[in-house]
Amino acid sequence: MSKQPVSRRQFLNYTLTGVGGFMAAGMLMPMVRFAIDPVLAHSGKGEYHTTKQKVDELSTKPTRVDFSYEQKDAWYTSDVTQTAWVYKNDKGEIVALSPVCKHLGCTVDWEGSGHKNKFYCPCHGGLYEKSGKNIPGTPPTRPLDVYPTKVKDGFLQLGKPEPQTIA
Amino acid sequence: MLNKIYDWVDERLDITPLWRDIADHEVPEHVNPAHHFSAFVYCFGGLTFFVTVIQILSGMFLTMYYVPDIKNAWESVYYLQNEVAFGMIVRGMHHWGASLVIVMIFLHTLRVFFQGAYKKPRELNWVVGVLIFFVMLGLGFTGYLLPWDMKALFATKVGIQIAASTPFIGEQVKILLAGHPDIVGAQTLTRFFAIHVFFLPAALLGLMAAHFIMIRRQGISGPL
Repeated sequence: MSKQPVSRRQFLNYTLTGVGGFMAAGMLMPMVRFAIDPVLAHSGKGEYHTTKQKVDELSTKPTRVDFSYEQKDAWYTSDVTQTAWVYKNDKGEIVALSPVCKHLGCTVDWEGSGHKNKFYCPCHGGLYEKSGKNIPGTPPTRPLDVYPTKVKDGFLQLGKPEPQTIA
Repeated sequence: MLNKIYDWVDERLDITPLWRDIADHEVPEHVNPAHHFSAFVYCFGGLTFFVTVIQILSGMFLTMYYVPDIKNAWESVYYLQNEVAFGMIVRGMHHWGASLVIVMIFLHTLRVFFQGAYKKPRELNWVVGVLIFFVMLGLGFTGYLLPWDMKALFATKVGIQIAASTPFIGEQVKILLAGHPDIVGAQTLTRFFAIHVFFLPAALLGLMAAHFIMIRRQGISGPL
């Protein structure tokens, strides 16, 4: 034994706190795990939704593509509709831009309000280039998000919009 | 570390008397199972409280997913039980705890009754204890409807019919409970939910506080 023996009181304190803590943890752990389940659940990345847009019909001019899919929100399932502005760039690659303005989340429109060759946001006059790049001097501070794209049987498929970086 | 934090707070707020008042008291020999094993009968009140704490905690967590609406109630219960991690455990705790708390409170009542511990000067504490028992039964009755399955619906229909047999005011009591003269439905469910998670727990906490203050004031009853 060391020179400072554990007193009876200390021993009981430690063992009772330990056992009590173990029991409390056993009780609380399932509840806490239950509560944080949405944080740990997978985010559904990599899911693509098929649109009715034929890839052959795309041009260099942005076309509005609306697509619907079934969204499962726990016990509630519903149909939601999303929109993309889709065109082929100079290299012939498909570009699908999210219409959600990066200022405050309004919906942008191609050549809206007569702004030639620009995306225009009606809420606060935000402007973007065709590439989605925000035009300095207007409210948005970042370029429009871009949808990851796939082609299946000649039809366009869109994923979850991601932020894009344009120099 | 913890001691230092405690001392820092205690130096400023003098919290020691607060918890000493609650935690630091003699357990008489006749109540201590270490001296007489038969003294385990004194544990039932504390066990009732312990299960009540589990009920309150698990109930709080269940409301993170539960929806008190006839279209979604069953679906949300099914989801939280089968899709959410540990859902079966948390709902199980609430489900089995509900029965266990009635068992414990009943054993506690038997002990107090057969030991004559309700006699003067503890009559008021007996009265409060009986009220707690009624509140617990009310919690069991209202909670039973919430999963909104067939068993819940028909059990509640029977329960409401029993309430409707009250002399003179039966019809009014029935409508007050069901929220509608003829239907056990949407309004019944929201009503039972409100009673189950707000009204009765509030009453329960108040009554338990009175129960515990009285037992500390009067002390535990003497040996047989």
